[in-house]
Amino acid sequence: MRFDTGGSPHIRGDHRVSRMMLKVLLALLPAVAVHVWLFGWGIVVQLLWASLVAVALEAAMLRLRQRPIRPFLSDLSAVVTAWLLVLSLPPLLPWWASLTGIFFAIVMAKHLYGGLGYNPFNPAMVGFVVLLVAFPREVTSWLMPAGLGGWQPDLWQAAQVIFTGQLPAGLQWDTVSEATPLDLLRQGVQQQLMMDEIRQNPAFGTLGGRGWEWLAAAYALGGLWLVQQRVADWRVPAGVLAAILLLSGPAWAFWPETNPNPLAHLFQGGLMLGAFFIATDPVSGSTTPRGRLLFGFGVGLLVLLIRRWGAFPDGVAFAVLLMNLAVPWIDRYTRPRVFGHGDPS
Amino acid sequence: MNPDYKALFAEGLWRNNPGLVQLLGLCPLLAVSNSVVNALGLGLATLFTLLLSNGLVSLTRRWLMQEIRIPAFVLIIASTVTVLELLMHAFFHELYGILGIFIPLIVTNCTIMARAEAFASRNALLPALADGLATGLGFLAVLLALGGLRELLGHGTLLADAHLLFGEGVDLTLHLLPGYRGFLLAVLPMGAFMGLGLLVALHRWLDRRWQQRQQARNIALEVRNA
Repeated sequence: MRFDTGGSPHIRGDHRVSRMMLKVLLALLPAVAVHVWLFGWGIVVQLLWASLVAVALEAAMLRLRQRPIRPFLSDLSAVVTAWLLVLSLPPLLPWWASLTGIFFAIVMAKHLYGGLGYNPFNPAMVGFVVLLVAFPREVTSWLMPAGLGGWQPDLWQAAQVIFTGQLPAGLQWDTVSEATPLDLLRQGVQQQLMMDEIRQNPAFGTLGGRGWEWLAAAYALGGLWLVQQRVADWRVPAGVLAAILLLSGPAWAFWPETNPNPLAHLFQGGLMLGAFFIATDPVSGSTTPRGRLLFGFGVGLLVLLIRRWGAFPDGVAFAVLLMNLAVPWIDRYTRPRVFGHGDPS
Repeated sequence: MNPDYKALFAEGLWRNNPGLVQLLGLCPLLAVSNSVVNALGLGLATLFTLLLSNGLVSLTRRWLMQEIRIPAFVLIIASTVTVLELLMHAFFHELYGILGIFIPLIVTNCTIMARAEAFASRNALLPALADGLATGLGFLAVLLALGGLRELLGHGTLLADAHLLFGEGVDLTLHLLPGYRGFLLAVLPMGAFMGLGLLVALHRWLDRRWQQRQQARNIALEVRNA
């Protein structure tokens, strides 16, 4: 006997994985557009190349693990990982470096731990950290953004640089690449410069770096849409932003000459990307409501600590991975109370 | 009783390999396996210690009181390692400098203690020596595999700096990947952990494959006999 009506709930949301992943990709599009405007078409080449590699590796791993290939491949999760990784890397990174990053993200961080839904660490950030440690020079050479007279390669030029490593005639790496605003900030602080002296550099804009702040705003815009669509839980980005504002605010208020202002923290580096797209990963992040707030706050705190005292200019990737480690513990102590029962812990 | 030497070697080299199955002595295994020559140096040193300590423990097993056997083992192992350290200091000075603290730390390698307690203190001299040899070779093999993997991925070479072990003027360096620009990660500690994890996985995978094949063969035999 078959019942036409199943058990409750009878109204279902459309929360398939592929739908969610598609929304994440859509939410990234404004940032991709700004990226093209600032740094040229390199990012588009990278996105295509990385998606191709990610899907190929995903299919190969599914086959090796004897899992059904079609349903897992069409859930787009590999593409999302590839996009998030590529967006945190310089647009003209050589093809083999992106390949290595994707390999570590998909094969090592995702499938060796059991595939989608089982990975304790954010795959994209594992790939990024591997590249940062293994190829520090390539991963830190960013192009100069538009507005500073940088060079914006078109699609063909970008593909040539990425796949052959040859810049077009008449261009030198030294003239087209530039230290990122966070690098400049770090060097300035090491030389004991005052904050307003550092910010005299034309690379700085009103909030973060010139141009870079628009990229951050585009991430925030896409992220807010994700939150509105309930794809991302608002608690995670809220936690991250609250930690940055609450902790860097007083430092800036008391010692404005040695601390960047809180808004500069927000709009620099990978913070917006991290807060809205990476820390909100439902698999490697915390699962309880209070836990998510705490998880976000921890990410923000660690980003500040790493930016101020760490060995790298930005710390979003390290912060997310470290908080991933803390997730089982956070989840254990923030279990919600079941209605009618006592304290769970 | 005639000990089964074949089984002893199968245990030490594969089925109960100290590095891949018992997961003992991982500290030196992870720390020193960044090149084949370093791995070979430490592997041989451990092998030597295992042979000597297993032999001495087996010879003295009748006079050791049960209650104080562990401290006695520690003393025996520590003296063996001290002898080894002095020898290396004298004859392989550069390698001694590179391996550094990990030579005296062989004392704390649990593999050696485990073999002394579990095997050498209960068996005659010859089987104890064979067990030390088998376990030492097993450990050496894992060190070499991990060292080779990390050196090849990290620098694209094998057996670089062979003069540390084989004396001045010996150059055995194999440039297997010409023009390779290096993958720093493999040589860093992170590479050691990942490499060891992959080796353990490979060991288990092979084991399971062989088991399945064996089962299939047995079933086929039964079917034929029936």
